[in-house]
Order: sequence, then C-alpha cells, then structure tokens
Amino acid sequence: MDLLVPILAAAVRSGTPILYATLGEIITEKSGVMNLGIEGVMLVGALTGFGVTYHSASPWLGLAVAFGVGAALCAIHAFLCVTLGVNQVVCGLALTMFGTGASSLVGRSLVGETIEGMRAFPLPGLSEIPLLGPVLFNQDAMVYLSFGLVFLLWFFLLHTRPGLKLRAVGESPIAAAAAGISVPTVRWMATLFGGGLAALGGAYLSVVNSHMWVEQMTSGRGWIAVALVIFGIWHPLRSALGAYLFGGVGALQLRVQAAGTSIPAPLLLMLPYVLTVVVLTGISIRKGKGILLGAPAALGLPFHREDRD
Amino acid sequence: MTTASPLVDLRGITKTFLGVAANDSVDFDVRAGEVHALLGENGAGKSTLMNVLCGLYRPDEGRIFLSGEEVHFRTPRDAIAAGIDMVHQHFMLIPVQTVWENMILGQEDFGFILSKSAICRRIDELAGQYGLHVDPEAPVWQLSIGEQQRVAILRMLFREARVLVLDEPTAVLTPQEARQLFSTLRRMREEGHGVIFISHKLDEVAEISDRVTILRKGRKVGTVKTSGVGPEELAEMMIGSRVVPAVNKRAGGAGEAVFQARNISVLNDKDLQALHGLSLELRRGEILGLAGVDGNGQTELCEALVGLRPLVEGSLAFDGREMTGAPVRDFLSRDVRYIPADRRGTGLVPTMNLRENYALRHYWRDAFRKGPFMNWEAIAGQTGRIVERFDVVTPSLGVPVRMLSGGNLQKLMLARELDGDPRVVIAMQPTWGLDVGATAFVRERLLDVREKGAAILLVSEDLEELLALSDRLAVIHKGRIMGLLDDPRLATEEMLGLMMAGKPLASFGEGA
Ligand SMILES: Nc1ncnc2c1ncn2[C@@H]1O[C@H](COP(=O)(O)OP(=O)(O)O)[C@@H](O)[C@H]1O
Ligand SMILES: [Mg+2]
Repeated sequence: MDLLVPILAAAVRSGTPILYATLGEIITEKSGVMNLGIEGVMLVGALTGFGVTYHSASPWLGLAVAFGVGAALCAIHAFLCVTLGVNQVVCGLALTMFGTGASSLVGRSLVGETIEGMRAFPLPGLSEIPLLGPVLFNQDAMVYLSFGLVFLLWFFLLHTRPGLKLRAVGESPIAAAAAGISVPTVRWMATLFGGGLAALGGAYLSVVNSHMWVEQMTSGRGWIAVALVIFGIWHPLRSALGAYLFGGVGALQLRVQAAGTSIPAPLLLMLPYVLTVVVLTGISIRKGKGILLGAPAALGLPFHREDRD
Repeated sequence: MTTASPLVDLRGITKTFLGVAANDSVDFDVRAGEVHALLGENGAGKSTLMNVLCGLYRPDEGRIFLSGEEVHFRTPRDAIAAGIDMVHQHFMLIPVQTVWENMILGQEDFGFILSKSAICRRIDELAGQYGLHVDPEAPVWQLSIGEQQRVAILRMLFREARVLVLDEPTAVLTPQEARQLFSTLRRMREEGHGVIFISHKLDEVAEISDRVTILRKGRKVGTVKTSGVGPEELAEMMIGSRVVPAVNKRAGGAGEAVFQARNISVLNDKDLQALHGLSLELRRGEILGLAGVDGNGQTELCEALVGLRPLVEGSLAFDGREMTGAPVRDFLSRDVRYIPADRRGTGLVPTMNLRENYALRHYWRDAFRKGPFMNWEAIAGQTGRIVERFDVVTPSLGVPVRMLSGGNLQKLMLARELDGDPRVVIAMQPTWGLDVGATAFVRERLLDVREKGAAILLVSEDLEELLALSDRLAVIHKGRIMGLLDDPRLATEEMLGLMMAGKPLASFGEGA
C-alpha cells in the first residue's frame, strides 16, 4: 500500500501530459486530419509555458499562452493539409522537426532556470477517500482539468451536434459536404484545438512536472500520444486509461532505478516504448471490427469538393 | 396539377472538368407537382447537372432561378436551405453512424445537445406517413442497399425539401422495390413536390415521368412531354442515330464442369460473413449468369473464386485439382481471369500507363524479361497488339490509364484479361457505366471467349443483360444462392425480382 499509492499517483501525474496530447490528437484525427507534428508542438508548448511563467510568474498565463501558440503552430498544418491538400504525413513530420529545432534554439537562454510552477491542490473531502483520494484527488489543478476534459470530449463527440459534424467530416467528407457542412472549417478548427491541447501537454511537463526547461524534454511522448489514439480506438475514455498505463510504466521505471538495481538504466528507460510496440502489435493482431469501426474512414485523405471518389 | 412558374429553373449551365465539358449550356426546369425525368447514357452529364443544382459543384457559367428569382448556391447548405435536396447515386450517408444521426447531419436546428428520442419520433412519424420504414437507431452500414436508399429519401423529406432529385435510384433495386419507389414518387408528386428522376432506362422514364429532358454528351437534346413520345424516339434522342449493335448469342454446347466451388463461406472486409456455404459450378463454353442486388456477396464471391479472398469453409477445384488456399499466381497461371467491378482500383492502376498496367499482369513470364530486367520492348509490342485488337482509343501507350474514358478503360482491362486462351473468366459488372456501343463490344468479346471454350461467370445487376447472355442463371441473396435456372428463357422478371429479394426458387412450386 505505501508503495502502491505513490506509484499510482505518479502514474497519473506522468500520464497527464500524454493525455492532453492524446485527446488533442483524437479530436484532430476524428475530423480526418492526421497530425504527426504533436511531438514538435509539445516541445514548443513546453518552452512557451515555461518562458511565459518564468517572466510573468503566473503558471496559468504560461499554460494559456502555450495553448494559443500550439494552436497557431498547427495553423501551418491546417493551411498546408486542409486548404492546400498537402500530404499529411510529410507535413506532420516537418512540423515535428521544426518544433524540435525551434524550441532548442529559442530556449537556450532558459536552460538551467527554474520556476515556482504549480502546487498540488488536494480536493477537500475527495482526497480523504482511501486509495482513490491520494491517487486521483491529491493532484494539481491541471490533472483535475484533464479529468473533466476526458468526459467533456467524450460527451461532445457522442452527444452533441458539433461532435456529430466532426465525426461525419472524418468519416465521409463528401457526404458531410453534401449535407451542407463546411469540411474545411471543421477540419481547421479540429486541427487548431488539437494543437492547443498538445502544447498544453508539453507545457504541463515544464510548468507543472519539472519546473524547468530542458531541450527535447518530451522525449517521444508526442509519438506515444499518436500511438495511444490507436490504442484507445479514437475514444477519449479508453485513451485516458492508456495514458495512465504508460505514465505508470514510466513512474515505475524511475522508482526501480532509484531503488538501485543491476538492470541497466537504458533498458528501463525503454520500457514505455517497448510497451507501446507490444500494445499496438496486440491490437493489430486482434484487428477486426473495433479498429475498423473506430478509425475515421477518411483519416489522412485530403478533400476537395469537386474531386471524384 | 402543374403550375406555370417552375420551382427551379437552370439556364445555360456549363461545367467543365479538365477542359472537358460535362455540361454544355444546359437548360432545365422542374415544376411543382411533376416528375421530370433526366435521361441520358452514362457520362452524359446528368449527375453533374444535378450536383450543380444542389450546390456541390459550382458551374462555370449559367444561372439558377428559384420561383423566378435568381439565386447563387455557394455550398450544398444554400441549396438545402432553398428546399432543394438530392439522393445521390451513392447516397452520401455516413456508414458508421446511425440512421437518426444521418438524418440530422448538417441541420442546425436541433440544439447543441442532441435529443435522440425527439429526433427518432420525428423520423418514425415521417416514415409512417410515406410508408418508408426504417429503424432510426440502426447503424447505416448494417442496412441493405435498398434500406439505405429509403434513409436517403426520408432525409430529403425530413429536411422539408420541395425539389427532390433522385440520381439513378432504381439501379440498386429489385423490380418490385422499384415499383414501390415509383408509388412513393407519385405520392410526392401529388403533394406538390417537384421530383427530378434520373435514369438511363427508357421504360422507367416512360412509366413514371410527366416530362423528360434528354442529355447527350453534355448537351441538352430536348425536353418533351413523356406521353407524346414513343420509346424509339426517346432512344434515338438519347444515343443519336448510332446503330445499336445487336448481340447475337451463338450456339455453344455446354461442356464438362471445369471449375467448382463447394460450400464456400467467406468474410467481408468488416469480418462479417458474406457467403454462407455457397456452391456453384462453371462449365466449359458456358456463361453462368449471377443476378442479385449489389452488395449481396457478389464481390466476395468473385474474389474468393480467383484466390484473392481466403475461404473460411468449403473448397475450390479446377480441372479436378484442389485449389483451396492456393496462391493467386496459381490461378493466374492456370488462366483463371478476373474482371473486377472496381476498374480503377482492383483492375488497373490509374496512374500507371498502358504498358505498365499490362506488365503488372504478366511481368513474371519469360517472354517479358531479360534476365532480371524487364523487357519493355516485348511488353510494349504485346500491349500495342491487344490495344489494337480491342480497339482501345488512347493517345499513346505511355499515358496514365486514368486519362482514358470509362469505356476505353474497360476495353483495356478486357483486352488484357481476355487475351490468349482464358479457361475461366470471372466477370463482374463488365458493362457497368458504358455507353451502348462499348456495352455491345464487351458482350461480344465475352461471347467470343465462350465460343472458344472458356467457362464464364457473369455477375450483373442488369437483368436484360443476364437474360441475353447466360446459358444458366443463378440468383444470389445475402450470400446464398436462391436458385439456379437451367434455362433462363423460362424466367420472368417478376420471379427473378422475388428471388433477388430472398424468395428461394424451390418455394415457387410447380410450373416454375
Ligand atoms: N468530379 C469530376 N471530375 C472529373 N470529371 C468528372 C467529374 N464528374 C463528372 N466528370 C465527367 O463528366 C462527364 C459527365 O459525368 P456524369 O455527370 O457523372 O454523367 P452521368 O451522371 O450522366 O453518367 C463524364 O465524362 C465524367 O467523366
Ligand atoms: Mg451519374
């Protein structure tokens, strides 16, 4: 018990940045746009969040600006992929490289600085519940916000009119267009919102988790988020479980290392990534209806109203 | 019934794609309380004109008037708001979403949070009123094609459209279902809707429409009162003074069985069972026709027969040799040929040129290689020969095949597949979307290989075609054979229609 609670609490904390990015990517992909620039956007978000918090001493301002900058960055993706119909994979990879490079360059002067960041905020009453309390409700505000977001997005996708529109555009843009929906508008908005959430995930790393900026500090979390979208079959609730699972493996690996073992550290560091590969392989072998029905049918395909097929 | 001022009036609509005019200065109007048919061969520009009317395509030139006032439709939303709605050839429904979700798609007046029960109630009400029953909570992909069409029609009424466009709605229906559709259309006409009915079938147009407008190669030939013209006149307006070559079915003695499928079951792409223990036998020098509404397992059957789709159960045998689970190459090298319905996907690679598309099918043969390299000269020579023999019109052998017209594309595929000495030919919808000339050509070539002794499976939705070409005729419904007629001449359209809707031949009793 004394060992379990801290590990589970850490799982939630280290799963949260991945969760934000995953939720963002779900929204983007549900509209039919694949954004492989998440890793780069997270990095830019991490730097922006840290920089603004450093200068303003307000973590909330840092997070908000990070969201905005992430959305702005993904406007490039939206313009190229939605408006011009450029290949989405190529464009996403370019965005990742750009984000990685730009954040390293701009962030040089901030390396080594620290900030106050955000403190844990135990929810009165709830945090007293045994096991669940310390794991879920003795966290910071951004964690609580992410809980809300998971349910909000799930409800949005399944039970609201704009959510229906979003899904329709990702499934069959031509049918959506024929029903009077503006496919480019929906895709633009989904891409910007998804980018904002990814940047927020990145900012969580620097502003809330570590209180500092380190070059390439996301270390592949953006890619894990992309994989988690598939793991969760484009469903916010399942993806949240996935994010915590991966956060848990990361947290466990830290603890095992700290406890001092003879297992070489690089092997332990590989764990979350190995798990990604194993889980994706497992899902693909099981293949079948789940994935086929969950994956937006028009994912990755550019759309022009007057093109055939 | 009909009033003087038309509900909508299209004037001088021109729409070009890549420099080719799909519509060339076309006028068209529809009045309240009439069914106006739009008649023309495939590729005449019917769908294009209606896509312009519905705001999906923007015309290069031309004006649209709504009850006398000029309007500009920038998007389908504008057209829908103006009361113009369409059931597209492919329905434009979202397969993974439910019926009720599809109904309200793009509609803004249902609040932010959707109330399923209220929407479903509206749907049930409308469905009852028009006799178009559907389950509002069923996902669309689970519905049959006929039911999906019902959903699409209901959606127009749900959106309170005044002008209803139906693009080739009967193409996916059994004759009985088509009759039902006609009574729905009459009902709409009585209620004062303006109905536009698109078809390339003369008898349907004669039966249902008040006026008919004929399109040919993007141009309007004329608009006439249906009651005032005979079928010959309509046919002539539709295809011009071209002579329609008659297909002469030559005698051919059916030989021994060469290809057998026994109790085969296969899954479709969604992992649902598409064929349920189906058996059939192809005989030398014979065409076995397979009738059925699209989507009843025909594609899966064809793919299974040529080794492209694994069998869950059952076996295949060719010349008495077991072929179950054999690689596709074994089928190819034994001269089992496949003409898929999906010409631009399974059949040909649109972005590759004619030579390359020919080579894809034969590249491993010794005649077409020089050691490890391709022998492009030999390939080009052979491609040129078949292109000439099958009369494929193309600027050169080096153009990507997507530049070819639909008819020439099909001729090219046929040329490749029927070249040499085919033993078994699996042909799916080989004349779909072709004009009368190309259609006759394709049928002739199939009869040629039949005469040479090939065993042919002909899958088609066109009953006339099947009755004209088949030596034996089977009907498929939901992955099962409903019956096999040894003499198709004895079959009535009525009876085939019932079988296509799932009534087994055995249940017709004596005299069938
Ligand atoms: N979106 C498009 N892009 C390019 N060409 C098209 C497109 N839609 C139609 N065409 C071409 O326009 C012509 C008319 O097509 P269509 O309107 O579909 O005919 P119909 O409905 O009468 O069969 C055809 O030659 C077709 O190839
Ligand atoms: Mg058409």
